[in-house]
Amino acid sequence: MTKYILKIYRGIPEKQYWEEFELTLRPFLNINSALLEIQKNPVNHKGQRVAPVAWENGCLEEVCGSCSMLVNSRPRQACTALVQEILDETKKNVIILAPLSKFPLVRDLVVDRTSMFESLKRVRAWIDADDALDRGFGPKISPQEQEVRYLLSTCMTCGCCSESCPQVSDRSDFIGPAPISQARLFNAHPVGALQEETRVRPLLEKGGIASCGNAQNCAKVCPKKIPLTESIAVMGRKATKQALKDLISLPDVK
Amino acid sequence: MTKKAKKEVIVVGGGLAGLSCAMKLAEQGLYVTLISVTKVKRSHSVCAQGGINAAMNLKGENDSPYIHAYETIKGGDFLADQPPVVEMCLAAPGIIRMMDRFGCPFNRTLEGNLDFRGFGGTLYRRTAFCGASTGQQLLYALDEQVRRYETKGLVVKYENHEFMRLVIDEMGVARGIVMMDHYNMKLQVLRADSVVIASGGPGLIFKKSTNSTFCTGAANGRLYRQGMEYANGEFIQIHPTAIPAEDKLRLISESARAEGGRLWVYGDASKSIDTPDGRTISCGKTGEPWFFLEDIYPDFGNLVPRDIASREVLRVCERGLGIDGQMQVFLDVSHLSKQTQHKLDAVLDIYQKFTGEDPRKVPMKIFPAVHYSMGGAWVDWPAANDSDRFTRYRQMTSIPGCFNIGESDFQYHGANRLGANSLLSCIFAGLVSGLEVPRYLDDLGVRNENLPSYLFVEALAQEEAFKQDLLAREGKENVHRLHDELSEWMVAHVTVKRNNKDLEQTLDKISELQERYEKISLDDRGQRLNQTYIFAAQFGPMLDLAAVITKGALLRNEFRGAHYKAEFPERDDVNFLKTTIARYNKETRMPHISYRPVDLRHLKPVKRVYTKFKKAIPEFENMPENIALPL
Repeated sequence: MTKYILKIYRGIPEKQYWEEFELTLRPFLNINSALLEIQKNPVNHKGQRVAPVAWENGCLEEVCGSCSMLVNSRPRQACTALVQEILDETKKNVIILAPLSKFPLVRDLVVDRTSMFESLKRVRAWIDADDALDRGFGPKISPQEQEVRYLLSTCMTCGCCSESCPQVSDRSDFIGPAPISQARLFNAHPVGALQEETRVRPLLEKGGIASCGNAQNCAKVCPKKIPLTESIAVMGRKATKQALKDLISLPDVK
Repeated sequence: MTKKAKKEVIVVGGGLAGLSCAMKLAEQGLYVTLISVTKVKRSHSVCAQGGINAAMNLKGENDSPYIHAYETIKGGDFLADQPPVVEMCLAAPGIIRMMDRFGCPFNRTLEGNLDFRGFGGTLYRRTAFCGASTGQQLLYALDEQVRRYETKGLVVKYENHEFMRLVIDEMGVARGIVMMDHYNMKLQVLRADSVVIASGGPGLIFKKSTNSTFCTGAANGRLYRQGMEYANGEFIQIHPTAIPAEDKLRLISESARAEGGRLWVYGDASKSIDTPDGRTISCGKTGEPWFFLEDIYPDFGNLVPRDIASREVLRVCERGLGIDGQMQVFLDVSHLSKQTQHKLDAVLDIYQKFTGEDPRKVPMKIFPAVHYSMGGAWVDWPAANDSDRFTRYRQMTSIPGCFNIGESDFQYHGANRLGANSLLSCIFAGLVSGLEVPRYLDDLGVRNENLPSYLFVEALAQEEAFKQDLLAREGKENVHRLHDELSEWMVAHVTVKRNNKDLEQTLDKISELQERYEKISLDDRGQRLNQTYIFAAQFGPMLDLAAVITKGALLRNEFRGAHYKAEFPERDDVNFLKTTIARYNKETRMPHISYRPVDLRHLKPVKRVYTKFKKAIPEFENMPENIALPL
C-alpha cells in the first residue's frame, strides 16, 4: 500500500501552522476524499489525535465553487484534484494544501469569499427585468451568442482568478477578474445592453479595470476555462469609450 | 403603534425554490431574511444538468401542458395529488419565458428561439436546456434577481447559517427560527410571521448519492421532530446512470440518453430475460453489444422513466452481464456527432475529470445511485375551485405559518419523478408560496411582535442546551462511522429492490444507531467553524428521517414507481393508492404512519405501461375554470 503525505497549512487568523497527515493512496482518490478520511480519523503523522481539518465542500463535481484552495500553491477545486495525478506530476509523495490567501481566513482551509459576491452588486451583474411575470419571451439570441454567454455564465464565483492575480492584494482595491467578466456577460445580452453604462462606469472607478496588470494568470487557473483576459480586454475598450462619452454632458442616444 | 407593521418572512434555503420564493416576496415589497448553510449560489440546484420541462410545443409535435401533466402523473404512478401537477404544467411555459427574460442562457435554434430536447418518460421534446448545466444557469439567473432585491434592502442574507429549530407559539403557529452561525457557532433567534422551508433533499442519509454535501435533510428532520407531517418518505428515486466513486456518485445526465446515448452490456445468447409485455428474449448475441433497454422496451428504449431503467440495469447485472464482471453497464455516447456531444460537454467533462477516460471516444461505465426524494414535508393544496380555497394555503405544512417548497416538499412527483420536472417544480412551488405567504400574513390576527418574548427565549435556551449536551458527550462512538453504517444499510436495503425482512432489520439497525448516537464524542469541541459539531447535530434528525423512509417502505406492500418489492410485484390501488403520512413519536423515536387519500379528481388511474407508446390527448375531468397561475 502506497502512502503519501498531505501537508496542510491550518489554524485560525494569527495562529496558522503546518500539520502533516499520512494517508493511503487509492485509485482515483481526490483531495476531497483524502480530507474526508482525515475527518473520520483525525490523527496526524506523529500519531496525535487532533481536530479534523475544516474545508468547504458542496457538489464535488466542480460546478458549485465551494472547495477552492491552494493545492501545491495552485488555486483550484479540491474535488477535481486527483491525488495520483498530482503525485505523478511532481514526483513527490507530499501534497501541500493551504487556504486561499486573498480572502479573510475563517479556519484551516476555509476563507470568507463574501467580497466576491459584493463585487457582483457593484457591476450590477443581472438583467433589470421589470418583474417576475410572464410577459412573453426575452429577445432572440443567436446560438453563437448563446454559446459565448453560456461560457461566461458558468463562473462559479470560486475565487481562483482573484487568488492568482498579483494585482489583488491587501494593498490594492482591484475588483478582480470575475466581476469584470460578469459585466461583459450582461452587456452581451440585448436587454442587459440597455443598462450597459451602469456596468461600465464602476469599472472606471478606483480599483476598476485600470488596476489590471495583464499578468494573465486568471485565465490559466479558471476551472471553467472562462476567457477572463479577453473579457477584461473587451470591458477595457468599453471603459475607454465610456470615459470619452462622459466628457460630453448629454447622454448618447442611439 | 398603529403604523402598518413591516411584513417579514424567513426563507430557509437558497436553491431554485428558496430564491424564486424570495424574489416573488420581495417583488411585492415584503422583507425577506434568507438563511443558507452555504453561499446561495452554491446550492445543490447547480447540479441539475439536463433541463427543465415545459410543453411549449415549439417542435411541431402537438404537445400540450395537459399531455405534460398526464405523463407526470403516470410517471409518478398516480400517487401525486393531481391539481398541483396540472397547475404546474400549465404554468411551465410562462416560467420558461420569465427565466428567458432574466437572461438565462438557454440553448437556441438557428432562428434564435429556445431549443428543446427529449427526456425520460416522454417522446415529446419539451425540455429547455443550457448545455448540460441547466440547474446551474437557472439558479444563477434567480440568484441575480435576488441580489437586485438585496441592494434594494428587501432581502437580507444570512449565509453560512443553519436552521436549527422552528419557534412555535402556544397555538402551534410558526413564529420564527433559531439559527446557528457556522463561523462562530453562535445561536440566534429570529422572529417572523411566516417561515418558508426550501432546504432540499435528504440524499446524504444514504451518504453515497448524487447529492451535494449540503443535502442532509436535517432541516426537515428537525421540523418532523417538532411535529411536522412528512409524506411519502419511502419514495426515493434511484437514478440509473451515475459514476461509481468513493466520495460521491456523480450523475451523468439523462440528457445523455435523450441526445442519443445508449445503455449496453456484452450480450450472452445462452441467457434470457422476461419483458413486461410478456415476452422472453435472449440477452443479445454473445460477445456483441446488447442494447437491453431498446430490446425490452421497443418504443421508449433508453428513455423509460428512471425507476424502470435502474431496475433493468440491476437485473442485467444480476444475470452476470455487468461490465468486467462488476455491477456496472456502459452508457455510450461515443457514436454521437461532435455537435451533439458538444451539447453534453458539461457532463462529459465531469466523467473525464474523474475517471481519466474520454467518453467522446469510449463508453462510460455507470451504475444507479440515490438521486432524489419524491417524499418530503406534507403540504396543503386547496385547488382553484375548492370552496375553502381561500381559507387554506397552498404549500403550507401541517404547522400553520410554516411553508415548504422544492425537493423538501412531497408534492408533484408521486412515486417517481420524471427527468427535468424537478427544476420546474422548484420554481413553481417557490412562486406559489411567494403569493400564498402574503395572503397568510394578511389573514393573520396576532403578529409576533405582540407575542411574549419568553417563547423566543425558551426556543433559544432549548437549542443551547442541546448544543451543550452534544458537545459534552463522552462516549466511544464516532459520528462519521455511524454515518458509514447507516449508509451501508440504507443503500443495501432501502433503494432499488426492497423486501420486508431486510426493511425490518434496517429499522432495528436505525434504532441501534439512535442509541449509539447518544454515546458519541466529538473530535472537535471548539467554537469556530466546528464542522464535526455541525454534522453531529444534523445526524440525529437524519436518523429520524431514515426511519421514516424505511418504515414507510416496510408498510407499503406493493410495487409503485420507485418502490419495488419482489414479494408484492403489483401495484395495489385498493390498499395503497394513498399518501403515507409520518408523525414523530417522541417516546419511541420512531414514526407513526397513517395514510391520506390522493387527490385524483382529474384523471383515473390506468396501468403504467412503457412498452407501447400511444400519442393521445388525455381527457381531464373536473377542470376548474378559474385557475390563476402564479406569474
